[in-house]
Amino acid sequence: MPPLPECENDRTRIESCFAGEAVVLDASGALYLPDHAVLIVSDLHLEKGSFFAARGRPVPRHDTRDTLARLARIIGYYRPSCLVCLGDSFHDIRADQRMAAADLLTLKGLLAKCRDWVWITGNHDPQIAPTFGGRCAVRERAGSIDLIHRPEDGAPPLIAGHYHPKCRVRAAGRSMTGPCFLMGEQILLMPAFGAYAGGLNIRSEPIAALFGPEGARRAMIYREKLWFLD
Amino acid sequence: MGKSGSKPKTKNLLPDYVNSWFAGRGWTLRPYQRQMIEAFTARRSTLLVAPTGGGKTLSGFLPSLIDIHQTRPSGLHTLYLSPLTALANDIERNLGAPISEMALDVTAESRTGDTPSAKRRRQRVKTPNVLMTTPESLMLMLSYADAARMFASLKLVIVDEIHAFAHTKRGDFTALALARLADVAPNHISFGLSATAMRPEMLAEWLGGSRGATDIIRAKSAPKPKIRIMKTKRKTPLGGYMAQYAVPDIYKAIRSADTSIVFVNTRAQAELLMQMLWEANDENLPITVYHGSLNREQRRKTEAMMAAGKLRSVVATAALELGIDWGDVDLVIQVGAPKGVSRLLQRIGRSNHRLDEPSRALIVPSNRFEALECRAALTAISEGVLDGEDVLAGSQDTVIQYIVNCACSEPVLPDSLYGEVTRALPYRHLPRAQFDRLFRFAVDGGAVLSAYDRYQRLREDESGHFTVAHPSVRRRHRMNIGVIVEAARLKVMKLHKNGKTGRVLGEVEEHFAQGLTAGDTFIFAGELLAFVRLRDLIIEARAASSGQPKIPAYAGGQLPLSTFLAEGVRHVLSTPESWRTLPAEVREWLELQRRFSILPPEDKLLIEHFPHRKARATIFYTFEGRRANLTLGLLITRRMERTGLNPISFMVTDYGLCIVNLEEIGDSAAKALFSPDILGDDLEEWIMESSILRRSFSHVARVAGLTEQQQVRGRATARQLAVSANLIYDVLRRHEPDHILLTVARRDAERELLDLKRLSDMLTRFSGKLIFKALDRASPLSIPVITDVRTEQVQGSGVEMLLAQASLAEDADKLIEDVRAALA
Repeated sequence: MPPLPECENDRTRIESCFAGEAVVLDASGALYLPDHAVLIVSDLHLEKGSFFAARGRPVPRHDTRDTLARLARIIGYYRPSCLVCLGDSFHDIRADQRMAAADLLTLKGLLAKCRDWVWITGNHDPQIAPTFGGRCAVRERAGSIDLIHRPEDGAPPLIAGHYHPKCRVRAAGRSMTGPCFLMGEQILLMPAFGAYAGGLNIRSEPIAALFGPEGARRAMIYREKLWFLD
Repeated sequence: MGKSGSKPKTKNLLPDYVNSWFAGRGWTLRPYQRQMIEAFTARRSTLLVAPTGGGKTLSGFLPSLIDIHQTRPSGLHTLYLSPLTALANDIERNLGAPISEMALDVTAESRTGDTPSAKRRRQRVKTPNVLMTTPESLMLMLSYADAARMFASLKLVIVDEIHAFAHTKRGDFTALALARLADVAPNHISFGLSATAMRPEMLAEWLGGSRGATDIIRAKSAPKPKIRIMKTKRKTPLGGYMAQYAVPDIYKAIRSADTSIVFVNTRAQAELLMQMLWEANDENLPITVYHGSLNREQRRKTEAMMAAGKLRSVVATAALELGIDWGDVDLVIQVGAPKGVSRLLQRIGRSNHRLDEPSRALIVPSNRFEALECRAALTAISEGVLDGEDVLAGSQDTVIQYIVNCACSEPVLPDSLYGEVTRALPYRHLPRAQFDRLFRFAVDGGAVLSAYDRYQRLREDESGHFTVAHPSVRRRHRMNIGVIVEAARLKVMKLHKNGKTGRVLGEVEEHFAQGLTAGDTFIFAGELLAFVRLRDLIIEARAASSGQPKIPAYAGGQLPLSTFLAEGVRHVLSTPESWRTLPAEVREWLELQRRFSILPPEDKLLIEHFPHRKARATIFYTFEGRRANLTLGLLITRRMERTGLNPISFMVTDYGLCIVNLEEIGDSAAKALFSPDILGDDLEEWIMESSILRRSFSHVARVAGLTEQQQVRGRATARQLAVSANLIYDVLRRHEPDHILLTVARRDAERELLDLKRLSDMLTRFSGKLIFKALDRASPLSIPVITDVRTEQVQGSGVEMLLAQASLAEDADKLIEDVRAALA
């Protein structure tokens, strides 16, 4: 395991513990497992912009570039030996046909920096085009923890994505919303990492149902800083 | 033909069936109704300015009904445009009577968003002679391939309440639809109808478009209205916005009139005043409330009761200003300052439908500054001067929507579209280069990177024409036509005793619901309700008997003081001779100011600086309206922070800006704060940091077809699948900061939110004309400004809100006492 860079108290990352494993929540929306040197990101939704554009909606298409640039930054910081994309990495199975050559080159450069790169399949990307490299899996394990796209499909303890959790807090008469990590006893739900991924409020039915009455700890990302809310 | 010929001519003008119909009703043809018939015959586009209730709408329709009956056209003859769906429906009903009573061979139908789709389809195949519709429905009709056929036979377009269209984004949208219509149906003329004479020349130009200003017919004006400031038992308070002090007097006035309307400026004021009137309502007079958040059924019910004379009074907001028929109202009470002269006249026009008698109205200022404003408005009315705004350059996202709309109907050429767009008054100065950028966006999103330009909304053919690239573009565009983006709203349902079923009372903004927990009581639609739960986007509540109610704080209810009226207030302040008709306490207040400090002169700007609550207060008496003052406050505090003057907070009213800081400020430092160069870097930085641009972008993105107004809110899948404007905004700012939509959003923000033009005009005008007064305590004039509570933003309980105002009123009285003591 590479030594974890010193944690400055600037809220760009928080060390915590989930299912007996050390975890580092990163304000970019990524999760690092220091004991396994595994970096996890979820729901990149690459080429979502071009997906809409191809259907005649004039959505600007910088999202892939933006998402990859942020991914490059955290890979440079944590230098993981394994990177796991927790599904819905591509907005659809034809994303490879639309991705700009420059972006594809950037992505391949990132793959080259990690010894192992796993594409967990999701509902948006049940198949991953071989062009991208890396290996494809329905699930992956890190110690006792199951890594999977939809939490309902895994065996707890598990880390999953799919729902793009987002929460809202009110303070001093202002309301702030941001993507968030949700950390229950057995389930850790990841925020979406993609620039155009958006979010679903954690109080909505499908997310609330996952955690039952004991609920989950929320770590909200707001303006590139991370806040535990309890 | 000499003078003697004019009478028989009038008679000949009207067919017998019209003459006998008029006679049967005991009516005579009004001169302007005759003129409109002549205008139609001469094929002259015309703007008619006539008072509400004077048969204005009939004046527009009469020539059309006669012509249709005589020529029996098979298709569309007259298109009637109204700003309100309700108005279109209302007119359809009202037109039914003359058509059936004169046994005319005329088909007339309305077509709005509420019209069933089967009927709409039928209307496109077999179009009625008269179609009553809204700008959005018109634009939708223009997007169909058969638009040219449908409108080919059009002879007349009637634009009702035309003043409601000018100056707004929706007006820009309407101007474009009319420009298109001029192209599709070149043989029609236009009639504009307006009740207020606000800048008729400008409206005539707007209506005429490329064909130049239309003719103007002004109805002989009714006798000048009898308006006065209401005499009250208790004194006009120094500050506050609720006019609680005048409730017994307002109640007395309601009792003395047969039917009255009490106008207020915001929905929250309407609800609160309604509650206070109920408490005073010992005789159980039928009084109710009417505003835009109530549901349609509730509003229709109130309208019907009012028309039938079953109500004694209605507390209403601007929602009631447009020309729906309200029966015999004999008194209008305006509570709070009018904010604009034309607006006040429009409201007063609701009283008295008999043209030869003067309207009767009372104005109730809610504080002493408002008393000055009321005085200025009354002077303007008695002198017959009106305010109005210039035509602003049109909003550009609307142009994008328009381009796609045209391409949905038929292949279009950029050159001819540019010609069409610039024929609409708001766009006559739109540069070709900017149009091309907008066009490019409509085509492919304005992609700058060659790798990305494969995807297109519009496709170019060999002849250079553009058409939609895919049928789905058409479908989606049609679902999202329009420029009105509503804040998310939730329905309020009052549950029956069984706790399961209930009745919907209306809608409130989403953020209000977020502040509610079970058991909280609130006032809505004049009823005290207790929150039960939020279910399926409906706020469920039951009737409550007691509790401290919250008042929904509605967004966007506040109108800024018009520039014209601001001038009026400055004038009143600087001419003591005009104070005679002001209440005694207001005169005394001004007199104290004159002795203690100085009255702001008309051509100079007064700045006062004094110690206040362990800090220092600086007051800038700008009279430029709340919005401009807010922007100025943000900019000045930024500058103070930079120069180490330690600003703590600031307060704004329509009249002035108060900044609190820790350091003493001298003459030159204060004047340096108020200099035109504040609109440079400070403004730039602030706009970039604040969320104003973000909000404006999300509106622009919707209108330009980038995102869609979410039809199914809260549905997980729908939300996740859409790309939110917020995320696009962030990405664009990082990767393409000069994107066309960011530019358009920036223009809109400056125009709509910041009142920048007004601010920069003021900064320039008073540059070098500042008066600085250092004082040892708060001046009388400053007291309403430093004790201002912005009730629209208070979300606490209604009672707390009143308590806060009461305690501030006490504060204010103490401060005035201080001044008196100092002068003694």
